[in-house]
Amino acid sequence: MNATSHNPSDEQADLAAIRTTVRRFVTREILPNIERWEEDGSFPRALYQTAGEVGLLALGFPEAVGGVPSSEMATLVVVEELARAGSGGLIAGLLSHGIGLPPILALASDDLAAEIAPAILRGDKVCALAVTEPGGGSDVANLRTTATRDGDDYIVRGSKTFITSGMRADWLTTAVRTGGDGAAGVSVLAIPGDLPGIQRSELQKMGWWCSDTAALHFDDVRVPARLRCGSEGMGFLGLMHNFNRERLMLAGMAVAFAEVCHADALEWARDRQTFGRALITRQVVRHKLVEMQTRILGAKALLHQTARQVDAGGEPVAEVCMVKTLATDTLEFVAGEAVQILGGMGYMRGTRVERIFRETKVLSIGGGASEILRDLAARQLGW
Amino acid sequence: MKILVTAKRVTDPNAKLVIDDDGSWIDDDVEYILNPFCENAVECALQLAADHDAETIAVGIGDEEVQRYIRQGALARGIDRGIHVEADEQELDSDLIAKILKALVEKESPDLVVLGKQAVDGDSNQVGQLLAEMLGWPQATFASDVKIEGDEVIVTREVDGGLEKLAVTLPAVITADLRLNDPRYASLAGIMKAKRKPLEELELDDLDLDGEEPKVRVVKLHEPTGRSAGVFVADVDELILKLTTEARVL
Ligand SMILES: Cc1cc2nc3c(=O)[nH]c(=O)nc-3n(C[C@H](O)[C@H](O)[C@H](O)COP(=O)(O)OP(=O)(O)OC[C@H]3O[C@@H](n4cnc5c(N)ncnc54)[C@H](O)[C@@H]3O)c2cc1C
Ligand SMILES: Cc1cc2nc3c(=O)[nH]c(=O)nc-3n(C[C@H](O)[C@H](O)[C@H](O)COP(=O)(O)OP(=O)(O)OC[C@H]3O[C@@H](n4cnc5c(N)ncnc54)[C@H](O)[C@@H]3O)c2cc1C
Repeated sequence: MNATSHNPSDEQADLAAIRTTVRRFVTREILPNIERWEEDGSFPRALYQTAGEVGLLALGFPEAVGGVPSSEMATLVVVEELARAGSGGLIAGLLSHGIGLPPILALASDDLAAEIAPAILRGDKVCALAVTEPGGGSDVANLRTTATRDGDDYIVRGSKTFITSGMRADWLTTAVRTGGDGAAGVSVLAIPGDLPGIQRSELQKMGWWCSDTAALHFDDVRVPARLRCGSEGMGFLGLMHNFNRERLMLAGMAVAFAEVCHADALEWARDRQTFGRALITRQVVRHKLVEMQTRILGAKALLHQTARQVDAGGEPVAEVCMVKTLATDTLEFVAGEAVQILGGMGYMRGTRVERIFRETKVLSIGGGASEILRDLAARQLGW
Repeated sequence: MKILVTAKRVTDPNAKLVIDDDGSWIDDDVEYILNPFCENAVECALQLAADHDAETIAVGIGDEEVQRYIRQGALARGIDRGIHVEADEQELDSDLIAKILKALVEKESPDLVVLGKQAVDGDSNQVGQLLAEMLGWPQATFASDVKIEGDEVIVTREVDGGLEKLAVTLPAVITADLRLNDPRYASLAGIMKAKRKPLEELELDDLDLDGEEPKVRVVKLHEPTGRSAGVFVADVDELILKLTTEARVL
C-alpha cells in the first residue's frame, strides 16, 4: 500500500487531483444535505455507492480486491476535504469499512477476501468492525463474545457495543473468543449481517449523529467456519495490524476539524462587531486565534511527518500514538475556543463549530483512548 | 472510430487573478482547472466512445503544466491517450489554436472533434468554428445533445426561443454546451491509472507550424476600475437633479 509515485512533484500532482475529485464530491453530494442528515441521524445508503464510483472507498486498498493503493498522505487529503462538511459522523459512517475491512484482508485467504472486499469497495455492501463490548473497549484481549465450534460452523454468543454502521452493516468483522484467555484466544469472523440471531439496537450519541451506532447481540448465531479470517488465535494480531492507519486517520480528522473551527472562528471574528469594533481587533481574541493556529500547525507538522514515515515503510507506533493524542487534544482546545469566539451562536445548532465541538470527545476515546495511547507510547519507547 | 477532444486549462474562476507589474500577463501562481466546457466535451467523447467503440484522444496546448490537466481532467476520466503541444500561452490566439488542431486532425484522422464551446478565461468562442472552416468540415456548435446515427451526427442546439436539431455528416466538429451532460468524476482509480496512459509531447515544429504567429496579441491587461460607493437620495427630484448635474446622463 505504499506510495506509487516517488517523484515529489508527481506526488503533489496526484494529491492535487485527488483533492479536486473529493472536493467536488463533497460540494455536490454532501454539503447540500449534511445539515438534514445530521438532524435525521442518518445518511442515505446510496451515498456509499456514489462514493464507490468516485473511488473514495477503494483508496488505500490493494488492487487485487478492487482497491486503489495510495499513500497515507493521500488518505489525509481525502479526510481533509471530507472534513469541510463539518461532520465526523459522515466520515466515520461512510468509511466504517476503513476499520472493518483491513482485519479481513490481513487475515483471510485470498479467496475469502475476493468474495467479501470488492462489493464493499464499490459501496454495494456496508462493513463494520465489531470489537468493543459492554464489558470494555480498551482491553481488547479480554473480550468475552464466544465462538464455539460445532461441525462446520461456529456458534457465536455475546454482545458488542458502540459499533459504527452497526445498524446497517452487511458484514460485521467480529472479534470473538475461540480459545482460552487473553490475546491468544481471539479470532476474527466475517459475519454476514442477515444471519438469524443477530439483534441490533440503535444508540443515541453526543455527536456523530448521522452515523448509525449500534449495540449488537449475538444470540447463538450460527456462522460458517469458512468465514473465519486466518487461523484460530490470530485475530488479535490482525486487529493490531490496522491500528496505525486508523489512528493516523483519526488524527487527520482531528487536525482537519480543528482547521475548520479556526477558519469559521476567524471569519466570525472579522465580521462580528462588539462595542463598535470587530472582534478581530481585540487582543484577547487575536491571541486566542493565534494560539489555536499555533497548536494546529504543530499537530499538522507531526501528522505529516508521521504519515511520511509510514509511507516510507516505517512503523512508528509511538509517534502514531503521540500524534493521535496531540491532534485530538488540539481539537478539544480549538473547538472549545471557536465556540467561545462565536459566543451564543457557537452554541446553536446549524454552525459547523457547534457540531464539531460535540464530536471532539469521540476522537479522544475511539481508536485507542488517549490514556491507553500514552501508555502504549511509553512502552514502545522502552520506558 | 476515433474522437479527438480538447482539454484546456483555465484559471479557476473563483481565484483572484494578479496582473504582472508591466500588465503583460497574469501571475502564474494561481489555481487552474480544466475548462468546464472541455469537461462537457470530454464527457461527450466518453459517452460516444462507449456506444460506438471509439478511441479517444485529448489534446492540450500550452506550457508543460498543461499535461497535468490532460491527465487529470481527461485521461483520469477515461480518455485513452493524450497529446500535449508545447507552446507559449502568451503567443496563442484562437486562430493559431485552430491551426494546431487542424494539423493534429491531419496527423490522427479522427472522425469527430469535440471541443468546449468556449473557454471560460478568454471567452472567445471561436476555435471550433475556425477549425471546421479550415478543415472544410461541417460544424454543430453549442450542442446540448449529440447522437451518432450511421455516418451522421444528430446534434441538438439551444438557440434563442427553442431547440434546433441538425444532422451533420462525419467527419465533423462539435462544440459542447454546459447542458450537454453532467461530467463524471475523475475517480481516484482513474487518477492513478491516468499516470500510466500514453501522453505524446509535440512541438510546433513537429506540426510544421514553427514560426507561425498569432493574429491577435494581448496589448495590456488591467484590473477593472473600482466602482465608488453608491449614495442614497431622498426623493425622485433629487435623483433627477443628480443624474442631470453630476452624472450628466440626462
Ligand atoms: C461514537 C463511537 C463509535 C465507535 N465505533 C466503534 C466501532 O465501530 N467498533 C468498535 O469495536 N468500537 C467502536 N467504538 C468503541 C471505542 O473503540 C471504545 O469506546 C474505546 O475503545 C474505549 O473503550 P470503552 O468505551 O469501553 O472505555 P474503557 O475501556 O472502559 O475506558 C474508559 C476510560 O478509562 C480509561 N482507561 C481504560 N483502561 C485504562 C488503564 N489501564 N489505565 C488508564 N486508563 C484507562 C480510558 O482511557 C477511558 O478514558 C466506538 C465508540 C464511540 C464512542
Ligand atoms: C442557550 C442560550 C440561552 C440564552 N438566553 C438568553 C436570554 O434568555 N436572554 C437574553 O437576553 N440573552 C440570552 N442569551 C444570549 C447570551 O447572553 C449571549 O450569547 C452572551 O451575552 C454573549 O453574547 P453574544 O452571543 O452576542 O456574543 P458576542 O458578544 O458577540 O461575543 C462573542 C465572543 O467575543 C468575545 N468578546 C465580545 N466582545 C469582546 C471584547 N470587547 N473584547 C474581547 N472579547 C470580546 C466574547 O467574550 C465572546 O467570546 C442566551 C444564549 C444562549 C447560548
